[in-house]
Amino acid sequence: MDVLGEGLLEALRLLLTGDEDTWAITALTLRVSLGAVLIAVLLGVPVGSLIGLRRFRGRRMLHAVANTGMGMPPVVVGLFVTVLLWRSGPLGSLGLLYTPTAMVLAQAVIATPIVIALTAAALQQVDPDFVLQMRGLGATRLRALGALFMEARLPLLAAGTAAFGAVVSEVGAAQMVGGNIAGETRVLTTAAVLATSRGQFALAIAFGLVLLLIAFAVNLVITVAQHRQTVDR
Amino acid sequence: MRPHAVARVLALLTVLFSPAACGSDHAAAPSGERSLILATTTSTQDSGLLDVLLPAFTKDTGWKVTPLAVGSGQAIELGRRGEADVLLVHSPAAEDTFVAEGTAGPRRLVMHNDFVLAGPADDPAGARGLPAAQAMRKIAAAQAGFVSRGDDSGTHAREKQLWEENKIVPAGAWYRSTGQGMGATLRVASETSAYTLSDRATYLAQKANLALEVLSEGDKGLLNIYHVIELTKRAGDRVRPEAAKAFADWMTGERAQEMIGDFGTERFGQPLFVPDAGKDEKTLGN
Repeated sequence: MDVLGEGLLEALRLLLTGDEDTWAITALTLRVSLGAVLIAVLLGVPVGSLIGLRRFRGRRMLHAVANTGMGMPPVVVGLFVTVLLWRSGPLGSLGLLYTPTAMVLAQAVIATPIVIALTAAALQQVDPDFVLQMRGLGATRLRALGALFMEARLPLLAAGTAAFGAVVSEVGAAQMVGGNIAGETRVLTTAAVLATSRGQFALAIAFGLVLLLIAFAVNLVITVAQHRQTVDR
Repeated sequence: MRPHAVARVLALLTVLFSPAACGSDHAAAPSGERSLILATTTSTQDSGLLDVLLPAFTKDTGWKVTPLAVGSGQAIELGRRGEADVLLVHSPAAEDTFVAEGTAGPRRLVMHNDFVLAGPADDPAGARGLPAAQAMRKIAAAQAGFVSRGDDSGTHAREKQLWEENKIVPAGAWYRSTGQGMGATLRVASETSAYTLSDRATYLAQKANLALEVLSEGDKGLLNIYHVIELTKRAGDRVRPEAAKAFADWMTGERAQEMIGDFGTERFGQPLFVPDAGKDEKTLGN
């Protein structure tokens, strides 16, 4: 049990003394995860909206695929992206393997199905007549769509939060695609794994606590924004 | 979302992903820069040796290193596919096979340490003080718990070799395979009061966290020999043989050998590795 207390102290020490490595690792973790979520949102919200709002052939299939994708093991995604990015692989000439960019790519692959599936679900739960009513009230198509997203904004934000939670805590793909290289691709999860295999349990727990802290901070920002908007209306 | 909220989010994202903030500009650079990929074993990373050697190498030669710490099996496979430029591994039998295939360049002796047979202090199988082969036989006979790496690493290869020499096929509830690195495997052995074969460096580095003692050590069958293997263009056209040579030359050079010989003295009171560059492998351990 001592190790938990030591971990807490170590986490405080790392944060309060402004340990350079820890801050660099934390900043990279945020950049990679937020980057992946951004790509996932840019791809996932349009596709999820189509599934949620339109009727087209293959729609159910696409929805089922997205739902399955939510449970995709990160380590499989990592292996897949690694093989694509190998020097001898089809995208090898880009020289992306073992870079933060590659980590963003792999994590975006993990996050996109989550955003698609949850966006579709969020829009489906709005009353199907909502858009019709808005149009009947004289709103343009765009305005009606905007109002629809406004109506579904809380579950939509939840989609982003879920995607962020999935990628920030993920270790398999980050390890494989990034290589856990000190000062370049080491993020909080892979640093915690390395510290564990070195027997530095307190340090590993400290990294875990820092990870919790930044996940909490990001979620706090989103939640406060949510609530403020609810009050504003 | 209201317009100014959108603007705020966009501004935030711009800051987050501007090149200055991203820091990935140099790391993402394609193979044009002086950078090489070293595939090596978890023991060199977990013991902390790489943290000491690589910065010095980069400082001396200007080559930046991307170290991949994996099992020896995976390291050799990465070399075979040309996904690494140079290997630092300790799985002599697998290395011989690999070098014989012809895609590798020179293979040079760098250093050795040794394996130890670790187990619970009460030693239910009575393995203490016996030569490794006999100790392994005792453990199998007693069906005392044994935890194997099971990951085709150099350590796992040596363990299999010791079983084979004893004509034992380890199987059954007493023999468990973790598929993980040395640190994790030692902890499983410690938590379940079982025996395991470990490299000395990782054992010493983790000793404080373990309820395991060294029960058998010192015989020649337990030597853990590290070689550096250069890859050539035959393994893949993106391999950089000049980088491989620079690394191998440096590792077998005076400065690195001195650093290897000193490494660990401060923390463990004894060096973790013995520098061996230029020696004849047959003379080791005598």
